[in-house]
Amino acid sequence: MLLNQFLLLGAVLFCIGVYGVLARKNGVLVLMSIELILNSVNINLVAFGMMGGDAAAITGQVFALFVITVAAAEVGVGLAIVLLIYRNRTTVDLDEVDLMKG
Amino acid sequence: MIAQNIAFGILAASSVLAAIRMVTTKNVVHAALYLVVVLGSVAANYILLAAEFVAVVQLLVYIGAIVVLFLFGVMLTRAKLGHEGELDNDQRGLAAVTALLILGILGYVLVDYFGDDKLPQLNRTHEQLNATRGTGAVGNAIFSTYLIPFEVVSVLLLAALVGAIVLARRD
Repeated sequence: MLLNQFLLLGAVLFCIGVYGVLARKNGVLVLMSIELILNSVNINLVAFGMMGGDAAAITGQVFALFVITVAAAEVGVGLAIVLLIYRNRTTVDLDEVDLMKG
Repeated sequence: MIAQNIAFGILAASSVLAAIRMVTTKNVVHAALYLVVVLGSVAANYILLAAEFVAVVQLLVYIGAIVVLFLFGVMLTRAKLGHEGELDNDQRGLAAVTALLILGILGYVLVDYFGDDKLPQLNRTHEQLNATRGTGAVGNAIFSTYLIPFEVVSVLLLAALVGAIVLARRD
């Protein structure tokens, strides 16, 4: 197996996630796209770890585990914020959340 | 070797197709279910990369917890499920151009630099693999080399838990 096949898969998933973040206006869907981006980064971490020796492989896996944990925390807080927006404005449409727009 | 490449092809195709459907579908619940397909394929990719512990954690945390959280979020923020209104904003074309541009640059850089570097072959028994870079070794590393980051992450999770409760609480 080539290293590049995993890196390119990660790049494609990253770009699909970027498209989702930019093109979606539902808050929950934007959070899902962010998860996609974080996942593509994890593929890269584990694949790069495979290129080195045993220590590098373990480092890559541990970093991926930390990213998964931080992603879980981020989704929890993010969904709480989306819920709060919905409760205050009865919409999760991000185009209408422009209170801080100058 | 060929079997691994075939498996990778199937996984890559399913994850990319499901990801594209996820960012284009008109139904929020379907988007969450497509996310399950993407996350499952990525977990299988970790197994191809001999990182079985990361794969299991991915299944447990992402599919077991995060997708359920997303479905709860969809349920709590929508009056009715199914088709409803427009989910995309009017910068869709610009977003597609940006994404393709990033993909072009990333693809060029990766192909240019890594070319056809091969992943090293691991000719070891299961026990040797487990002792050197498997679940046992990862556990040892987390509780020795990475003990302080591990504890910091647990504090982060506690802070996120408290923050989510404070934000979502009705008072």
